[in-house]
Amino acid sequence: MNNIFKIALRNLFRYKRRTLLTSSLIAAGIMVVIVFSGLSSSFKASMISVITDSTLSHLQVHKKGYVESIENIPLTIYMTAKEVQDVQTIFKKQKNVDSFSPRIKFGGMVSNYLQTSNVRITAVFPDMEDKVCPALTKRIKGIKNKETFISSGEIIVPDIIKKGLNVNIGDELVIIATNRTGAVNAMPFKIVGILEGTAGPQSKDCYIHINDAQNLLMMEEPEISEIAVRVNDFKFLKSVYSNFKKDTLDGNLFEIHTWEELSPFSSISKIVDLLNMMVKVILMFIVLVSILNIIVMSVYERTSEIGTIGAIGTPPNKILGLFLAEGLSLGIISSVIGVVTGVFIIIVLNIIKISFKFGVIDLVLSPSIPVKDIFMVVFVVVIISILASLQPAYKASRLEPVDALRNV
Amino acid sequence: MSLIKLEDVHKLYQMEEVSVEALKGISLEIDRGSFVSFMGPSGSGKTTLLNLIASLDKPTKGNIFVDGKRIDTFNRNESAKFRGTTLGFIFQNFNLMPVLTVYENVEYPLIMVQNVPFQKRKTLIMNLLEKVGMLDQKDKYPGQISGGQKQRVAIARALVTNPQVVLADEPTANLDHGTAKNVLSIMRKMKEEIGTTFIFSTHDSKILDEVEIIYTIEDGLIAGKNIKISGEEK
Repeated sequence: MNNIFKIALRNLFRYKRRTLLTSSLIAAGIMVVIVFSGLSSSFKASMISVITDSTLSHLQVHKKGYVESIENIPLTIYMTAKEVQDVQTIFKKQKNVDSFSPRIKFGGMVSNYLQTSNVRITAVFPDMEDKVCPALTKRIKGIKNKETFISSGEIIVPDIIKKGLNVNIGDELVIIATNRTGAVNAMPFKIVGILEGTAGPQSKDCYIHINDAQNLLMMEEPEISEIAVRVNDFKFLKSVYSNFKKDTLDGNLFEIHTWEELSPFSSISKIVDLLNMMVKVILMFIVLVSILNIIVMSVYERTSEIGTIGAIGTPPNKILGLFLAEGLSLGIISSVIGVVTGVFIIIVLNIIKISFKFGVIDLVLSPSIPVKDIFMVVFVVVIISILASLQPAYKASRLEPVDALRNV
Repeated sequence: MSLIKLEDVHKLYQMEEVSVEALKGISLEIDRGSFVSFMGPSGSGKTTLLNLIASLDKPTKGNIFVDGKRIDTFNRNESAKFRGTTLGFIFQNFNLMPVLTVYENVEYPLIMVQNVPFQKRKTLIMNLLEKVGMLDQKDKYPGQISGGQKQRVAIARALVTNPQVVLADEPTANLDHGTAKNVLSIMRKMKEEIGTTFIFSTHDSKILDEVEIIYTIEDGLIAGKNIKISGEEK
């Protein structure tokens, strides 16, 4: 076996320029796959982190039917205090649940007494919200204590409202809202923070304390519209999700959704995955065509040599092995070069830290690729190298020595 | 009993609409340890005859026996095994592998065909390279040695598996007269030392001093057989 590989390697380097070009092409393909996978994973992770850690959290529980009409921010599909208690009891039993935070969400108007704008209001308990969305306070300018970032009588407005209504921290705003009976109420609030912009519908979200929301909406009993849930680790998302479904005895009472079901970014995430897959398919195609080409050329150019080794008694399976070993060696060498270059570029990208704006969100990419993914790329390249070599190698092994020897 | 026996061997090549009968009924016997030449002009059927004896090709009609085995009925793998164990080859264009050194070229059949252990291989190769006068060139590649030296390496490669027969197709065609005679004398010397049967084809009558039996082939038939004993012809 060693001798077959020794001869295969020597034959590969017999046509140095051709081997170098093919090897470079495959290595460049592998490098692109590694770097692209690293960058796209980093982009996805950053975006998911922004979305889950600052607005949505990992999971959300609502009263059945709420999400269906979520665009209207319904006031009638709320959870009672007893129901909230029940949900919290279920989550407290699950060791993979890190924290949860009840919220009231409703639509309203904000006014600076001169201008008015429509907004979405999220009312929270600040200490609980800080646990389920730890990155939220990082995006708020002006707050002093992140665990009590909002108190009664205070409001955090998004950047878009700050600019639109020409208000700033310390100014007063009035929220006007309609409750579920149609009664209109208004309350004054002091601006204590400015929320930096995000993409999508969250761009017009104001934050107030949950007690103020209950007063503003004139609730007789405390009710909430959703419970945001954070898991210990992203990998437990599905298990917490299914455990909740299992533990909720009355399936018609609550509904649970993952961030993917609630955020439009999950579609972008799927497109990124698709692009990633396409890059990998292109790589496979490059490997297949390159190796097929080089082995076909080798068989064609070395027909007389195949005749010689056949004539002196080399069994057909060893001739097959010789050419398969050439394709395999080329695949392995190219993979090593591609992986080393790709990993080197990822290290460099991590050192120089690429930052860019995605919509209104500032992202810093720190690409990484799991070792198992690298092994998978190498494995696929090696398998394709063997498959690509198979046809010409088989052809070489089936050549009649007497015919091959006549070839000049 | 003779080592090689051909009985009424015919070979017909069918090329599209034209058919060419390269051999028209050859019968001959070659004894063990002979030094035989097939002589004749180009297209007379010498190479076809060697290919049939080597089991590289099948006769259209007739039987071929080597060492008592009928070889014209062998399948692909049986032919390969037969060539690897019984025959050695020397080609007109030397046909050495350019990526292997002189030593490795001689080693090739021992690894790829016979799986001989390293130490035994080394002894065999060094011994043969010394006999053909190529020991000092063992680390050179075929591109770095002359035509005569290449053919000496080819002789060593042909003999390293200790075959019963060495077949050489025009082994001196690409060599000058002096080198050709030298190569033939090496082959003769090997035959005497090892006892291998040498059969080669040539169309050059000037290099036949070393040969014991000369079959003259003309138009696919044996036109004559000369046996030389101690330099005299019979």
